[in-house]
Amino acid sequence: MTRKRLRRLFDHALAVTVVAFCFAIASGARAQTVELLNVSYDPTRELYRAINAAFAQEWKAKTGQTVTIRQSHGGSGAQARTVIDGLNADVVTLALGGDIDAIAQRTRKIPADWQTRLPHNSSPYTSTIVFLVRKGNPKGIKDWGDLAKPGVGVVTPNPKTSGGARWNYLAAWAWAKKAYGGDETKVRAYIAALFGNVSVLDTGARGATTTFAQRGIGDVLLAWENEAYLAGEEFGAGRFEIVTPSLSILAEPPVALVDGNADAKKTREVAQAYLEFLYTPKAQAIIAKNHYRPIRPETADPKDLAQFKPIELVTIDKDFGGWAKAQPEHFGDGGTFDQLYKPKR
Amino acid sequence: MSDLALAQTDAPVRRSVRSEGPVARAALIGLALLFLALVLGFPLVSVFVEALRKGWDAYHEALVEPDALAAVRLTLLVAAIAVPVNVVVGLAAAWAIAKFEFRGKALLTSLIDLPFSVSPVVSGLVYVLLFGAQGLLGPWLKAHGIEIIFALPGIVLATIFVTFPFVAREVLPVMQAQGAAEEEAALMLGASGWRTFWTITLPNVKWGVLYGVLLCNARAMGEFGAVSVVSGRIRGLTTTVPLHVEILYNEYNTVAAFAVASLLALLALITLVLKTLLEWRYADELSAGAKH
Repeated sequence: MTRKRLRRLFDHALAVTVVAFCFAIASGARAQTVELLNVSYDPTRELYRAINAAFAQEWKAKTGQTVTIRQSHGGSGAQARTVIDGLNADVVTLALGGDIDAIAQRTRKIPADWQTRLPHNSSPYTSTIVFLVRKGNPKGIKDWGDLAKPGVGVVTPNPKTSGGARWNYLAAWAWAKKAYGGDETKVRAYIAALFGNVSVLDTGARGATTTFAQRGIGDVLLAWENEAYLAGEEFGAGRFEIVTPSLSILAEPPVALVDGNADAKKTREVAQAYLEFLYTPKAQAIIAKNHYRPIRPETADPKDLAQFKPIELVTIDKDFGGWAKAQPEHFGDGGTFDQLYKPKR
Repeated sequence: MSDLALAQTDAPVRRSVRSEGPVARAALIGLALLFLALVLGFPLVSVFVEALRKGWDAYHEALVEPDALAAVRLTLLVAAIAVPVNVVVGLAAAWAIAKFEFRGKALLTSLIDLPFSVSPVVSGLVYVLLFGAQGLLGPWLKAHGIEIIFALPGIVLATIFVTFPFVAREVLPVMQAQGAAEEEAALMLGASGWRTFWTITLPNVKWGVLYGVLLCNARAMGEFGAVSVVSGRIRGLTTTVPLHVEILYNEYNTVAAFAVASLLALLALITLVLKTLLEWRYADELSAGAKH
């Protein structure tokens, strides 16, 4: 009797497994439409949700084909690593060129000259680093110099893992270089004092924002401009204020087609169109609405453009000799960050 | 005589064990309850409070959203594959260890426990190192168009790895306690190997198997670390329920994150109830087994 029951139980379990397998296969076969995978960094979730909807609509109108764009988000360096390990991305939209270079070097799925293939260094939008402070700016933070004062709690992600954090670090460095007339000892002392005020180094920009806004840690968050605006919207306007420093860095988050994957999946045409779409007036307007600085501002809504304060911007290429030089010098093993950052114990 | 002496030395010991006053007892019980409430009860309640903060409609909406449904479907599918595999392999391993003597038995026993002592992140990473594009088998898999990592097979493999010990660990002590006498009798009476397994071995350990399945399933559905490493986080495609919760939370979508998290909390509660019921049944079986 028991044996019969057990057998029946086993049969049922088997049936469920078989059905589950069939379901998995069927759901794979059902995909008659084109599917793209965009592997991106942390703060672009809201941007690409809007962009993807607009592109799908336009592609449908133009070709009659339905395109679904899948998203994967995470720290820029970690995402690059995942693509190197075999994640089938058609396009990558990361925080800095160095991460896409890493994919190009280690997989040869992207040609080395990828950055020249699309206009404006393959960066359809730019951003910069600003400060987010608590309402009323109780610590009176106006510029980079204030961050190194004793008693100020600074929140920034870890430059080792986060693309945004590397921009933060270099922006601080650039300001100090200008403020101290290029005196390297003083610049180093400033950076050491600034990172002495950092209590938590999160792995990604989104984690740092959550630490600052949700957990209430620190007095100032060094953040992407778009992330700072988004935090203001998400956690209620008026809880935070954005402080624009006297000088910051021009961050160019680039995009690239992953030729190796797109060719294997036969999606090159639609993937290329997707990246080119980012430069169209429609996409540029969406970009400005999501607090990224459009590279073709003339097509964006002037109301959205008003949010971007004029700010003196240094660039990675002119002031730091490009990522190929800055990456090992500042963030490699034994680089300036390793020399100057002493974790609190 | 010796029995009497034993009873006499036993008595004062027993009394001294229960010698604390009612105040101390109440304080200790109160402290334990307070601790449980703070560490377990309060967070559990807060999951549901957060999930329902914007009312039932928002809660319902978060659960029927396509990406959330996809995550639930993927999680169920992964558990539907991983749990039966672990039942079959776990039973076989426990059976081999309990009923036979062979070289390398101690090694097999400790191998079963390996997933418990390895960090889930490492279990995920070994599969990336093995099946990833830069890994040992990566180029071969790629040439044959087989996707393992950042797809369903990888997630299933990682889940099987971390949940493997549950069934084997539950079944093994029961089998060992019962010994091989009944099976030997059945074989001697002319039953075939399969018949012996279905009529003697399996019925004897069925509660242990069920208990193992329950724990295995709970872990398979709730696993984060290992799955996170091999998933690639493709929204709506390779995100299981725990990963989807993290994504939603990182998108400042707190209500939806807790709504989906409440599914996992419910799973935990159901598991707890079933586990309690089984423990009650299981204990019965065990004492019945000990009688003859």
